[in-house]
Amino acid sequence: MKNYWGAAMNRIFEQLAGLGRSGLEIIQAMGRATIMLYRAVFGRSVSHASFLSLLTRQIYSVGVLSLIIITVSGLFIGMVLGLQGYNILVRYGSEQSVGQLVALSLVRELGPVVTALLFAGRAGSALTAEIGLMKATEQLSSLEMIGVDPLKRIIAPRFWAGVISMPLLACIFSMVGIFGGAMVGIDWLGIYQGSFWGNMEQAVDFRSDVVDGLIKSVVFGFVATWIAVFQGYDATPTSEGISRATTRTVVYASLAVLGLDFILTAVMFGEL
Amino acid sequence: MRMRTVEISVGAFLLAGIFALVLLALRVSGLSISTEAHSYRLYAEFDNIGSLTKRAKVAMGGVTIGRVVAVELNKKTYMARVVMDIDANVDNIPVDSSAAILTAGLLGEKFVGISIGGANEYLQDDETVDDTQSAIVLEEMIGKFLLGAVNKDDAAKGENF
Repeated sequence: MKNYWGAAMNRIFEQLAGLGRSGLEIIQAMGRATIMLYRAVFGRSVSHASFLSLLTRQIYSVGVLSLIIITVSGLFIGMVLGLQGYNILVRYGSEQSVGQLVALSLVRELGPVVTALLFAGRAGSALTAEIGLMKATEQLSSLEMIGVDPLKRIIAPRFWAGVISMPLLACIFSMVGIFGGAMVGIDWLGIYQGSFWGNMEQAVDFRSDVVDGLIKSVVFGFVATWIAVFQGYDATPTSEGISRATTRTVVYASLAVLGLDFILTAVMFGEL
Repeated sequence: MRMRTVEISVGAFLLAGIFALVLLALRVSGLSISTEAHSYRLYAEFDNIGSLTKRAKVAMGGVTIGRVVAVELNKKTYMARVVMDIDANVDNIPVDSSAAILTAGLLGEKFVGISIGGANEYLQDDETVDDTQSAIVLEEMIGKFLLGAVNKDDAAKGENF
């Protein structure tokens, strides 16, 4: 009987230790991520000109190459919003408010959030895989060997490229979406274009809608890129490790974006 | 990919992003560059403002000449106090003009309409429009209409007897 109790207690303690271990691991990973970011952003810099050219190349692969998926999804989301909004609003005879509906939902929510999700899938996973493979093939340690800080040369330009590209992509997404909604609403469904744009202008406020959406997209870009570069930098240097890191990037970044979106919305538009 | 092509496409991307932001600001939110500096403030007190909200337009003869900045309750008079910013170039609103709360269309948004009075003096910054007309509340109107119809019915019956 006593033996049985001992075994049960042992198992409970094992469970507790497992919980504690994973808690410690999470906190350690967050600490490593913060130290990495701090050293990448504030560390001893590479020369100004070479940093700019590195940054340009990264903005190209992170931002410019994401343009196609961003504009196409933006166009279709705007068109769907216009169509759905029209179908509901026409019952109440207020179909001229479709512009307002499309613009507010895109500028406040869908623009930043959907762009960040697509960004995490398109650019974040690529960043993680690239950095992870550099680590696996020991390019990072060879850089360190020849006296170049990989945090400054590899991580920093990629991080800044993500932070710069994300708000621009979100703006393009919202704008293309609004034009998609206008195309469906005005040209196809025959809403009078004066009231479409006029209602929109009256409903959307620059400070509380456009700027708040922009702040959201900057925050999402920061978080998604940070997660992506850290997962690559922290990956186990094997092919399996890289694949797991890439998956983690997309999952963590998407969850972080959606969770943060709720908090930011509560702060900006709620009663908080 | 050659560096020059990369640089050109990044430049185009940055321009496109900034252009989209400017378009969002000007076309979508209707931001005009100098509203704050060139406007003056008027007040008006209404018995009932219906569903008038902040940022509703102020119109004269159908032309927008300003915006509602705030709606608050005057605790002393129990009336709704509407604060309006009027474009500075519309500086000749006579002091005996009246303000009414109108509706765009049957169920559209509420806005403040200003009808011109005949005085030679003009309203200045921080002055109040005294002559006001409340919003038409649909429920009240229907109520009055029903009541009126019932009364008329009674009167007609009375005549028959």
